Amino acid sequence: MPHDHYDHEHDHSHEGLSPSGHPYRADNDTDLSYWQAMEIALRELLIEKGHLTAAQLHAQINAMDSRSPANGARVVARAWVDPEFKAALLADAGAASRVMGFDIGPMHLIALENTKEVHNVVVCTLCSCYPRNLLGLPPDWYKSRAYRSRTVIEPRKVLSEFGLELPEHMQVRVHDSTADMRYIVLPAQPEASLGLTEEELAAWVTRDSMIGVGLPQAPQ
Amino acid sequence: MKVRIKSHWPPGHIRTPAYLRGKIGQIERRIGLFNNPEETAYRQTGPQRELVRVRFRMADIWGARAERGEDVIEAEIYAHWLEPV
Repeated sequence: MPHDHYDHEHDHSHEGLSPSGHPYRADNDTDLSYWQAMEIALRELLIEKGHLTAAQLHAQINAMDSRSPANGARVVARAWVDPEFKAALLADAGAASRVMGFDIGPMHLIALENTKEVHNVVVCTLCSCYPRNLLGLPPDWYKSRAYRSRTVIEPRKVLSEFGLELPEHMQVRVHDSTADMRYIVLPAQPEASLGLTEEELAAWVTRDSMIGVGLPQAPQ
Repeated sequence: MKVRIKSHWPPGHIRTPAYLRGKIGQIERRIGLFNNPEETAYRQTGPQRELVRVRFRMADIWGARAERGEDVIEAEIYAHWLEPV
């Protein structure tokens, strides 16, 4: 799309950029990698041999893509209003989530309670383990080398870059998701939200507050 | 209970993070028996291993470089990586 930049004060070239000045994403024209070719071959064989259909495969991809942090937010909101549920969640988060009707598969889940003295944050230094059944797909930054390596070395600096400054007297607990467990942070309920219904409270629970890089917030 | 993570460096699919090997921590909780990823990654079947959560002080991992020595890291470690202190 042609566009002129006579009105711009700067003089760098905008060739190859979108009207808003951003680079276009490169086309995916490179050869398939070995594993991309393997995935296609395996998928086509499974379909040709009748083990599954293309529709089943895409239904599963759709189901995986449609999981969202709203599931985890409902679990947190229930824990805020129901002390018995909270106790059950802290004792066995997987069982408590199943009681709420969430299909979390074979996942083993641990809930980590934030208090006035303790702040929990979750990372997977080895790969990108994440409680997808409750939070959906992990954000890109969660899978970045920077987040994965720095969170265990300088968690306070990382959290401050998320806008979260923790007082010196609080203990930071970094949870490295190294093996079979998955983690969800149970953030402390903001005082301003006391007295709201469980449904209203769920809107306060952000994805980042369940990873531990943010706090619950009043809905916008 | 105090434990040290073994300072072993075998090849293969190891889920004991390098930065924790040789470090001393406290057992936070015992989680139960799980398949050993060092074997399942290669389609080997062996005995299940106990999985344990271990809590480490930042000062015990990073020394004087730690942001705040009393902050902690907790990680899941298979019991065959633990040795008594």
